[in-house]
Amino acid sequence: MIDFTILTTYQDEYLKGFMTTIEASLLGLVGSFIIGVIIAVFRISSVRPLRWFGTAYVEFLRNIPLLITVFVFYHGLPVLHINLSGFASGTLGLAVYTSAFIAEAIRAGINAVPKGQMEAGRSSGLTYIQTMRYVILPQAIKVVIPPLGNQFINLVKNSSILGVVAGLDLMYFGDTINSETFDVFSTYIFVGLFYLVLTIPLSLFVGYLERRLARAY
Amino acid sequence: MDFAGAFTAANLKYMMQGLGVTLEIAIWSIALSFLFGTLIAILRYARIPVLSQVLMAFVEMIRNLPLLLIIFFTFFAIPEVMNLNLTPIQAAIAALSIFEAAMISEIVRAGLNSIPKGQVEAARSSGLGYVQTLRHIVLPQALRKMVPPLVSQFISLIKDTTLTTVIAIEELLRSAQIVYSQKQDYVFPMLILAALTFFVINYALSLVAGRLERRFQV
Repeated sequence: MIDFTILTTYQDEYLKGFMTTIEASLLGLVGSFIIGVIIAVFRISSVRPLRWFGTAYVEFLRNIPLLITVFVFYHGLPVLHINLSGFASGTLGLAVYTSAFIAEAIRAGINAVPKGQMEAGRSSGLTYIQTMRYVILPQAIKVVIPPLGNQFINLVKNSSILGVVAGLDLMYFGDTINSETFDVFSTYIFVGLFYLVLTIPLSLFVGYLERRLARAY
Repeated sequence: MDFAGAFTAANLKYMMQGLGVTLEIAIWSIALSFLFGTLIAILRYARIPVLSQVLMAFVEMIRNLPLLLIIFFTFFAIPEVMNLNLTPIQAAIAALSIFEAAMISEIVRAGLNSIPKGQVEAARSSGLGYVQTLRHIVLPQALRKMVPPLVSQFISLIKDTTLTTVIAIEELLRSAQIVYSQKQDYVFPMLILAALTFFVINYALSLVAGRLERRFQV
């Protein structure tokens, strides 16, 4: 039922797609982390308009489909005479979409540290930044790491969206291989296995981190 | 950007049809995935040998695959090997239900496991059967804790219906795409309209979830 020769015949395509999927996931992670930190800072800031902007950003992006953010870059930017490749628009869309979830995870982590600790830090003469750096963040990070790990797993899975915009990832090459072999079943079984090679170890690792950090707290 | 040109009566009606398809797929998938997800979770919770392990392997595999792949596979590959004929809508509902059932089973299982084992033992020793214990003691308490994560999973599901565009289903986003493929000036108006529609539905759902959560707090 499964034709294993497909794997050997098209190993170059599978590997290219696999590497692109990893690349898009890593770039997406870095991008969404940077934006996510900025938005999280906005959301806990004492400046009201910044807080509003942060809240609007998170609430809006969390409630719209990923494909819309990708299409804004893929179909929207050309209207403004900016042409990006499928890979670039897919990865950008992925980063912007995921940043809302990361911002929320970071904010939840910071809020998990009791307010009294900030007050205590400030009254013992530490500045706001110092209190954040030495008191709040080291504790918050323990709460933040497991959800961040889960977001990364989602990123790897969501990177399959690149297949829709010709982003040269695993899904895209699955399509090209399929158009030559006409064996949908075998072709996509191998595509699925390549995804599982990435996501199963990640899931196990995140599960391990969750248990470890829960014990340490 | 030509909002007036994009939002003609004909285009808006077309978008409404797309919304109808989106809601049809979403409602069926929510019902089916909730049913199967709960069933899988209870079977795993009951620790039936072999079956529990098989279900665990199934859930872990599905949860770790991209939904897009599952949609593709359900529509193109399953009919090929199983000699089945699925319409695109049926395939979309089947794929979303399988994927979300795996996600929901984990939520339900976490809810069930959060009820102290002592309560099950206490109920069993007071003469309740296993099913009675589940029905009257464990599930009512677990359901309360499950409401917020379940609603966010349903929101994900509604968003994920857009992925069915790859098997040519004319749901909301694809309708928008078909309209804006006529003219570049329509791209932003249509994308904004589609985004706002999803936002309104999902945000309303999350507000309802917040209210339910507060009411259930004992």
